[in-house]
Amino acid sequence: MKIIVPVKRVIDYNVKPRVKPDGSGVDLANVKMSMNPFDEIAIEEALRLREKGVATEVIAVSVGPDKAQETLRTALAMGADRAILVVAEDVEPLGVAKILAKIVEEEQPGLVILGKQAIDDDSNQTGQMLAALTGRPQGTFANTVNVSGDSVHVAREVDGGLQTVSLKMPAIITTDLRLNEPRYASLPNIMKAKSKPLAQKTPADYGVDVTPRLKTLKVVEPPVRSAGIKVADVDALVAKLKEMGVAA
Amino acid sequence: MKTLVYAEHDNASLKDATLAVVTAASQIGEVHVLVAGSGCGAVAAQAAKIAGVTTVHVADDAAYAQQLAENVAPLVASLMASHDAFLAPATSNGKNIAPRVAALLDVMQISDILSVESADTFTRPIYAGNAIATVQSSDAKKVITVRGTAFAKAEETGGSATIEAVSGSGDSGTSTFLSAEIAKQERPELTSAKIIVSGGRALKDAETFAATILPLADKLGAGVGASRAAVDAGFVPNDYQVGQTGKIVAPEVYVAVGISGAIQHLAGMKDSKVIIAINKDEDAPIFQVADIGLVGDLFTVVPELVGKL
Repeated sequence: MKIIVPVKRVIDYNVKPRVKPDGSGVDLANVKMSMNPFDEIAIEEALRLREKGVATEVIAVSVGPDKAQETLRTALAMGADRAILVVAEDVEPLGVAKILAKIVEEEQPGLVILGKQAIDDDSNQTGQMLAALTGRPQGTFANTVNVSGDSVHVAREVDGGLQTVSLKMPAIITTDLRLNEPRYASLPNIMKAKSKPLAQKTPADYGVDVTPRLKTLKVVEPPVRSAGIKVADVDALVAKLKEMGVAA
Repeated sequence: MKTLVYAEHDNASLKDATLAVVTAASQIGEVHVLVAGSGCGAVAAQAAKIAGVTTVHVADDAAYAQQLAENVAPLVASLMASHDAFLAPATSNGKNIAPRVAALLDVMQISDILSVESADTFTRPIYAGNAIATVQSSDAKKVITVRGTAFAKAEETGGSATIEAVSGSGDSGTSTFLSAEIAKQERPELTSAKIIVSGGRALKDAETFAATILPLADKLGAGVGASRAAVDAGFVPNDYQVGQTGKIVAPEVYVAVGISGAIQHLAGMKDSKVIIAINKDEDAPIFQVADIGLVGDLFTVVPELVGKL
């Protein structure tokens, strides 16, 4: 069984994004970029399934700029077998899902494991859209994944707790934070990753129109919260709480 | 313009999250509500009373009992033939279903909207709320998820909508509900709590978290939240997590105890009306957003506070 893992190159988790003064977007020039953290978890889960003998091949896919090659090399260094880069800038989740649906049609994976959301646009859509386009069931926000026979049991992080569903494979899974802890790529594996196959494609190769449906009119900083006061001790805090009517 | 609001419910009662979505929908056009479930007649009756709702569509079918996206999305997509916009709450359920609907309709979803600027233009947070984007959709139909804390709740009474039964294609046969472990919470739910007390990694372990945070929450009648670090360390279950990828909350008062204030956590609570921070590190970023800060060891400060409240 093959597993496809889509990955996205995004601003690094630890970098505080800055809005461009002209309101056209977020300034990404000279900013550290990394693999979307949820996608690292997705790669890790796929690798674990391969190590358990459930999967035979892990294919990392990215739809993004040329530089997303680096992200794919990271996936290969973690242990993915090969990679596909579909070169296109600023493709919306719907467009990405359409491209992935074509790749799924070609590769026929038993599972596609995606991050539940990218930390740049925070859309949380691509996995669900891919599931719809391929007519496959979806296990979103996965906390635990267990493949048994031709079905996969997914415990999902939902409001209030966990929900477990059984999905008929082939299926689509999106990862939540606690699914696993991704491994680091070792230096020998980073070297090895350089010679693993990485195919380059374009949306046109798949016959997918990725014209955006949403137009960003402007991007602004959120209202700034200014720091308030510091109180000296608990008594002063209690007095404040009483003033606010929170404490009697 | 006709809108279709997805009702959040558990087959027994309608959840508050629905009310904010009704408000958002009313800013776009006429408001219809879809109740998809099993044995959910009481929910439909409740939805029909919401002020501003004109029609409630009820799809009562065993296939919708757990609202599995595989079954519900085709139902919604078919109803969208006679509606212009679909709005779901940005709850785990709404986030699961809405994009599946969007793709079936070949529409690019607008996630987690904060405001309705016009029938096709909305604001939404990006980069963990570090930027707010105004986006305009060119799709003929809109698929939207709504951030509950950004809209006032519609009145629960005053409406008298007509209730219409609808049906969809039922069970897709591709997914089955197995079980749910839903924590029985006697405390207010995080997303609707007026006061929240949250704890961070400084709480050491599950026992210490419970022994320190819960008495304070009890005193204040507060819901209990946590930072990602506290959840990852196993102090509390995952649905306590407040932050970019957890719950987004905006209570009247948010008390952050032993939480340093990573941007991902701030993204989940910075719209709270009053933020109170207790932390021993006076340079902790949480103090940059706190209205009231108290620098001190939480293990002495919190019990003292509980004693004096």
